[in-house]
Amino acid sequence: MNAASRFRDAPGMAPRSIRMSLDGETLLARPGETVAAALLAQSGDATRRTPVSGAGRTAFCMMGVCFDCLVTIDGRPNVQACMTPARDGMVIRRQIGARRLGDQP
Amino acid sequence: MSPDLVIIGAGPAGMTAARIAAEGGLRVVLLDEQDRAGGQIYRNLGAAAGRDWLGPDYARGADLLRGLNHPGITHQPRATVWRVDAARGVIWSRDGESHVTAAPHVLIATGAQERPVPFPGWTLPGVMPAGAAQILMKQSGMVAQDAILAGAGPLLYLVAAQMIAAGSPPKALVETGTDLRHALAKLPRALPAAMTLAKGLGLIRRIRGIPRHHGARDFRAVALAGGRIGFGFTTRKGPQELDCGLLLTHLGVIPQTHLTRSMGLTHDYDVAQQAWRPRLDAWGGSSRRGVRVAGDGGGIGGADAARAQGALAALAILHDAGRLDLDERDRRARPLRRALARALSLRPFLDAAYPVPKAFLAPPDDTIICRCEEVTAGAVREAAACGAHGLRLMRTALRTGMGPCQGRMCEPTVTGLIAQTTGCAPSALGPGRIRTPVKPVTLAEIAALGRQPEETA
Repeated sequence: MNAASRFRDAPGMAPRSIRMSLDGETLLARPGETVAAALLAQSGDATRRTPVSGAGRTAFCMMGVCFDCLVTIDGRPNVQACMTPARDGMVIRRQIGARRLGDQP
Repeated sequence: MSPDLVIIGAGPAGMTAARIAAEGGLRVVLLDEQDRAGGQIYRNLGAAAGRDWLGPDYARGADLLRGLNHPGITHQPRATVWRVDAARGVIWSRDGESHVTAAPHVLIATGAQERPVPFPGWTLPGVMPAGAAQILMKQSGMVAQDAILAGAGPLLYLVAAQMIAAGSPPKALVETGTDLRHALAKLPRALPAAMTLAKGLGLIRRIRGIPRHHGARDFRAVALAGGRIGFGFTTRKGPQELDCGLLLTHLGVIPQTHLTRSMGLTHDYDVAQQAWRPRLDAWGGSSRRGVRVAGDGGGIGGADAARAQGALAALAILHDAGRLDLDERDRRARPLRRALARALSLRPFLDAAYPVPKAFLAPPDDTIICRCEEVTAGAVREAAACGAHGLRLMRTALRTGMGPCQGRMCEPTVTGLIAQTTGCAPSALGPGRIRTPVKPVTLAEIAALGRQPEETA
């Protein structure tokens, strides 16, 4: 863990002004950006552990196809981070293993 | 007031069709999964001002976005269609709530997805499709750094050129190898698309200076310290070992057919593109009356072909709706058919120049081929040898395709592995049966739908 982001901002991009939280730490995003992009901009680490083997995964296809970017957002589990626009105050949690019935808000 | 036409997908095909249908007097509802219209090719174009480094082709979608400013068009962003119901209409979800939009005409323009590129290590954080990196450039202004591009196809050159223009050139381009002798035989047929070919050559010139490897096979990625990726492959010069911060792979795109397959439409296997596509007539008409398909979702043709197909479908719908007589429909279709033929003339060359190597359709045993259920190629081969000779039997045996992606990331590979093990042709194995909801929704959402009066979006 603790891999640096594998991306950098292109010249001239606006600063990240949206403030969210990821497992209690600040996560920043640019207006118009998805939660998955914000996660990839912050770190190169896994954002979930798979239900089957516990392997680390992070956002992959960025277009809603692969479901590797699933996170819990504002208490709602299994949300596709790549299909969710970032908004101020979002509370995001990494998913370690499978969600259970009753996790639903 | 209910609409006359529901279009699913706001890429070049859907946007073109929406404008033409609305100008012809139809009320159009345009449903799209993304926050902004554009599809993947023109993704986020409406909010990407100042990003000239993405190149002139990206900016070409601007007229399509302007075309959506028509009072007859209602654009519903972030709308995920999960069922097209013959009786009730198009059912879609947004923010955990489902809606039904019914109309006499439906146009499916769901586009393409990247072909899965499975090899040992492709599930590691730090390995991504090249198209995903391009989406991050378009939507977030984020550029991959310290990256290697690997695979085959023109998109690799485009992404490399865009990364160079954005000041973050790839550290290497690893190509699975172009069988150019075979491809050159198809070149005369591609001459109508000479402009596109010239653009391709221009791209290849712009990536001069990037170290290139040809004829690469036996891809393998491993996690190194600090999250870096070790990328091993073999060329004629022997085994190669590179390392990078991000490995971006690509082997072309395939039609997104989950929705058309879930509706029970007739599909055919396209051997050249190694993918299923819905069977369509010259106006995009499917095997079900009132349902048309346009763009890459009906077979890969690219953005120019998608525009022409979207326009042709819209003309046919206007005619069906009694708003365009036959002569006028056919007169307006003529230049569109020429444009379509021009755009498609390039495909045989591209399919021949950038074939999918067999090793990615039937990868080594230790490759995870179903990312959701973490099933290996070896397990699929073993099950196929024990009698799981079809996609459904494999699903029962190993759960391939039963995770949240519903087989989008594994079905081409499961098909390839069964075909290899049993000697069956891929066309004999499918298309796999797809059931709704084609994207996951909660039971609570479906239950709530039953209590709502039908809406008109």
